[in-house]
Amino acid sequence: MNRKLLKLLSKNARTSLEELSVLLGESKEAVAKEMDAMEKEGIIRAYKAVVDWERVDSTGVSALIELRVSPKAGLGFEEVAGKVMQMPEVESVYLMSGGYDLCVIVRGKTFQEVAMFVAKQLSTIDSVLSTATHFVLRRYKDTDVILIDKQKDDREVLV
Amino acid sequence: MKPSGIRKFFDIAEQMQDVISLGVGEPDFATPWKIRAAGIDALEQGKTKYSANRGTLRLRESVAEYMNKKFHLTYDPAEEILITVGGSEGIDAALRAMIAPGDEVIIPQPSYVCYEPMTALAGGVPVIIETKAEDEFKLTARDLKAALTPKTKALILPYPCNPTGAIMEKKDLEEIAEVLRGTDVFVISDEIYAELTFGGLKHVSIASLPGMRERTVVVNGFSKAFSMTGWRLGFAVGPKEIIAQITKIHQYAIMCAPTLSQNAAVTALTECEDDVQEMLEEYDMRRRFIVSGFTELGLTCRNPRGAFYAFPCISSTGMTSEEFCEALLAEQHVALVPGTAFGKGGEGFVRASYCYSVAHIKEALRRIGEFLKNRNLKK
Repeated sequence: MNRKLLKLLSKNARTSLEELSVLLGESKEAVAKEMDAMEKEGIIRAYKAVVDWERVDSTGVSALIELRVSPKAGLGFEEVAGKVMQMPEVESVYLMSGGYDLCVIVRGKTFQEVAMFVAKQLSTIDSVLSTATHFVLRRYKDTDVILIDKQKDDREVLV
Repeated sequence: MKPSGIRKFFDIAEQMQDVISLGVGEPDFATPWKIRAAGIDALEQGKTKYSANRGTLRLRESVAEYMNKKFHLTYDPAEEILITVGGSEGIDAALRAMIAPGDEVIIPQPSYVCYEPMTALAGGVPVIIETKAEDEFKLTARDLKAALTPKTKALILPYPCNPTGAIMEKKDLEEIAEVLRGTDVFVISDEIYAELTFGGLKHVSIASLPGMRERTVVVNGFSKAFSMTGWRLGFAVGPKEIIAQITKIHQYAIMCAPTLSQNAAVTALTECEDDVQEMLEEYDMRRRFIVSGFTELGLTCRNPRGAFYAFPCISSTGMTSEEFCEALLAEQHVALVPGTAFGKGGEGFVRASYCYSVAHIKEALRRIGEFLKNRNLKK
């Protein structure tokens, strides 16, 4: 049930326990227990809304920032990552393979604000060697959700 | 020839704004990306010519492998497989190949709307068997025996069944096969929903039973399982003598199935088992959801075992299927298909497709609940 339950929740975290139980063909108790267990194990981390922020305030911006970092002996990238992820402006932090080390996704009110955040908060961290900031111009799809207007169901009844 | 009963309501529904339809018999998923990519590749490579009449050898070989792996059926790609324009063409051409004027074709109903008119167009005489809810809408040996006459030429076996969701298990097919052995009756087994069976039950083809392969044409296709309805591609497999005759009709009427679709379909058969599985899981969840929904509304709804339709009984409302659907559409703007569109035996039932998102199904059920409540019919 685990994988199916997780798929349902990641598609719609508001699906009620009753509905989950019907969809999965399991008792409500079993589903609730499974969800509890997965929350405790840290498999399920949060239940969140996917927001199209551009529709809320059209001036808000996101940026993807590449950080090149010199890893600390014994700590690797953990120390920098640990510091960066505490910053409230930061949405996501990933350790990457390839041309740079940390990918940091930041949200701010204006281009200026994000640029200043990078200049003052990120590039000043000791082990950060360099940064490159890429602003997001438009989000088409985010965490599995397509953000452009919904396609109409144009299937027709034929026979 | 009558127009299809499914259409009628949808001509009305199309005029309405906010209609919630559970009417479409077509997957809501786009064709898996891998298949679309293969179609694009074929187009880029300029594979835009006719193929062999029977279809490309590559696709016929893939079909042979697929039929073997899935249903333990062995067909020779050279002479026993014909690629058709959807399952529909396969059924039509098979009927036309088999039937001489006045031959009888046994058709179990409720079932898909094409068998009766296609039989008539081929000069045959449709002989209807009304399958019953108490038999789970399966074809019984008893009814089949009673319908057989010296003029019987063919039996249509439409399982997994649109609209009833019935399937024929191996033991059920054994009984049918027993009746047919020793007769000269052909079987046209429409297995377009073969991939879509639920509850751990795998589809069994009648052609896999002793004495049946030599008299059976199995029709299948890509529309339902691979969500490829618009690609118009199916296939008919059977003994080479019958396929040779069907191929002649196909050759003159159609020439060949679309080459682009054929190229893409190879990918469907060879690389897309996971995609099919994923869609099947999704249908399975919706199936539980819609059955539970109808049951909660106080309508008897058997668990469909295959295809993607629920077939709840509405006779407790005191309305006929048509009255129910008409009133439901007028009052709550929900479009279902009356069971009678699939034959007289569908009276008292309606067809609700679950090729829709859970949210869509939920809203439809809510409105049907309102409809019943307004008539004090809700449990």
